[in-house]
Amino acid sequence: MMAKQEEMGHPLEDFLRKSRMPHIWCPGCGNGIILHSFLQAVADLEMDLDKTVVVSGIGCMGRAAGYVNMDSFHTTHGRAIAFATGVKLAKPELTVVVLSGDGDLFAIGGNHFIHAARRNIDIKVICANNFNYGMTGGQQGPTTPLEAYTTTSPYGNIEHPFNLVHLAAASGATYVARWTALHVRRLTASIKKMLQKKGFGFIEVISPCPEIFGRRNKMRTGLEMMEWFKKVSVIENFSDPAKAEVSRDRIVVGEFVDTEKPTFEEILYETIKKVQEKG
Amino acid sequence: MPVRIWRKPLDAEKAKPPCGEIHILKDLCKGCGYCIEFCPRDVLEKSEEINKRGVHPPRVADESRCVVCSFCTAVCPDFAIFVIEKPCEGGR
Amino acid sequence: MSKNKAVLTGEHFLSGDLACAEGALAAGCRFFAGYPITPATEIAERMSLRLPQVGGVYIQMEDELASMAAVIGASYAGVKAMTATSGPGFSLMQENIGLAVMTEAPCVLVNVMRGGPSTGQPTKPGQQDVMQARWGSHGDYEIIALSPNSVQEAFDLTIEAFNLSEAYRVPAFLLMDETVAHMWEKVVIPPAENIKLVNRKKPKVPPEKYVPFKPDSEDLVPPMACFGEGYRFHATGLTHDEFGVPKTDSPEIQFQLVSRLCEKIRRNADKIVKVEKTMLDDAEVAVIAYGVLSRSALSAVKKAREKGIKAGLLRLVTIWPFPEKHIRELADRVKGIVVPELNYGQIVREVQRIAGKVPVVFLPKLGEDLHKPAEILKALEEIKR
Ligand SMILES: Cc1ncc(C[n+]2csc(CCOP(=O)(O)OP(=O)(O)O)c2C)c(N)n1
Ligand code: SF4
Ligand code: SF4
Ligand code: SF4
Ligand SMILES: [Mg+2]
Repeated sequence: MMAKQEEMGHPLEDFLRKSRMPHIWCPGCGNGIILHSFLQAVADLEMDLDKTVVVSGIGCMGRAAGYVNMDSFHTTHGRAIAFATGVKLAKPELTVVVLSGDGDLFAIGGNHFIHAARRNIDIKVICANNFNYGMTGGQQGPTTPLEAYTTTSPYGNIEHPFNLVHLAAASGATYVARWTALHVRRLTASIKKMLQKKGFGFIEVISPCPEIFGRRNKMRTGLEMMEWFKKVSVIENFSDPAKAEVSRDRIVVGEFVDTEKPTFEEILYETIKKVQEKG
Repeated sequence: MPVRIWRKPLDAEKAKPPCGEIHILKDLCKGCGYCIEFCPRDVLEKSEEINKRGVHPPRVADESRCVVCSFCTAVCPDFAIFVIEKPCEGGR
Repeated sequence: MSKNKAVLTGEHFLSGDLACAEGALAAGCRFFAGYPITPATEIAERMSLRLPQVGGVYIQMEDELASMAAVIGASYAGVKAMTATSGPGFSLMQENIGLAVMTEAPCVLVNVMRGGPSTGQPTKPGQQDVMQARWGSHGDYEIIALSPNSVQEAFDLTIEAFNLSEAYRVPAFLLMDETVAHMWEKVVIPPAENIKLVNRKKPKVPPEKYVPFKPDSEDLVPPMACFGEGYRFHATGLTHDEFGVPKTDSPEIQFQLVSRLCEKIRRNADKIVKVEKTMLDDAEVAVIAYGVLSRSALSAVKKAREKGIKAGLLRLVTIWPFPEKHIRELADRVKGIVVPELNYGQIVREVQRIAGKVPVVFLPKLGEDLHKPAEILKALEEIKR
């Protein structure tokens, strides 16, 4: 029995850049679960790896782009969606996925997020929300819960956090969901659904960051963080995203938006066609 | 390359669950314990052994209990565990 | 002739901004991302009209940070891409200019320079961004910057900027004075087949042998695969090895990478740099000028000659890499150099650094119109004495 454990590779190994593994993430970090879930979705859908581009910003989750066996780009902090916009419009046949962190996508990059959602450009965004800036050592950010402790909220966070799914829905995203890293199967199903749809899709994944966030908030291990998710998560599919709270006592997960409207590229290419026909 | 999809057959109640062959890539394990804790069938347990990363990887306590739900695979942040379906020996 | 042509061969009466847009299209630019700002807005407007006609993409982004990022994305997707802005927007683009340098993304950025700092003088000419163009992003690097002095050159040098950017995988800037951008002149657009275009080198090896940041030894430029071509490569703004793998703790790799990014421009400087020399052969005094000021300088030099002063003009068509060799040669022969600039002293410092003991007279100008030839002439007369 011992021998067989070594000889077989992980079923997703062809989807990973082998030379880059193992990844840099801490024990129990949710980023690996999210990456796995994304790759599982890509595998299940038998997507063409030559035609899929993964773009990340800066942060722990920002390292995800480096690990996928696809074309990938690690941009500057906050600019993944803007970069992805250029890629998608220049080569619309590519599937363009952004994997990044909450600070990257919603603090420094927040403006790009709302505008990409408004345009309904066909980019898929998966956000690892670990409630803080992991890479820089755990500072307060736009998703840090009120009263939570971080290195820059030593007296407890005094800022109200964003409700990311509400923000995405209000900005015009045509697919919006939230899961925790424990809801792996639903997360994968959700990613698959998003990848098969046209338009701007957004999935928030509440992710354990035991080493940096958990430690300061009485959850020393990933297991404790995951137990918290298990205890307080409620699935409320297609409930009002405005009411989809994330608090110590309640985390509302599920799909919130799944609608259709013309994408930016559809309208753009239609316009180009018309202009060209007129000569 | 076989990539398992988590699928729940419509006749799940009637059908016999498959049997699993669990593969643990020990040296990739960072010891978070998720696979052990969240396996619905308590198939896994912490081992005594210390791997290259200095943690105790999981070991199989009772493979015959495994129903190949692949939750352990999906929840492992380090791509360190996976399960392959195998013919059930002696039926279940 | 269909207006859907990318190259509008023939004679036109255009502004510098419009000529620049036409130059971009003629160069093969098919992607523009920008954000409106005076005095560069007309470039965006023209591109929004013209790009759809030639099957290209125009997008107005939410800001200049996004514009520059989108341009790099489009470039990596294999399309020639550009943006156009002015001082405040140029400041916002700096971080991603560094990203384009680090990831060796060919792209063109037009900066129609106005008066700064800050919001400054939106409608006045300036040459206050020439040093920012060189050093605006953090770290050590080299870029290419060209400075047109006529509407025709706004067209020609935009093509040149694309060609250089593709050849060296480096951001290339067109630093255009507001005056040139808004001036209307005759432009001759040649037939498409007479326009020389350069495209980035493509890998000659199959994907499994492709090393994305391994340079060719002769020009130090790595061949470039693009997204969707099956090479499945990774690019990052972090210090990386030739495989594109982040290596942030290695002093050797940091040195290797940064020195190559600089050397691929420095070593090829003779091929890149263009200057224009007028009446320099026997000159005893000289003006060094760039952009629109080279026009005043030329009149001043001619007037000086009429007065019996052996004056000449060295016009910097290329600002970066700095035409050091030409300035050194000049400094070896003349008794003095006059440098007029629409700023408070930028390129003059470079000239002084190279000119050594030769006296350099600086003529600053801020916030008003251009130097009059008489002002430059006066300086030439004084330096002659
Ligand atoms: C312009 C800029 N400002 C600040 C930083 C420093 N920085 C790096 S990562 C990061 C925060 C990342 O947070 P998040 O996106 O939530 O990712 P996480 O590490 O939590 O996964 C910051 C502030 C930077 N790299 N660039
Ligand atoms: S700091 Fe947090 S987010 Fe970053 S790798 Fe560690 S656990 Fe993950
Ligand atoms: S496949 Fe399911 S039952 Fe089998 S070990 Fe993994 S989690 Fe447990
Ligand atoms: S989930 Fe993975 S890393 Fe965590 S204990 Fe199990 S095998 Fe190890
Ligand atoms: Mg974070």
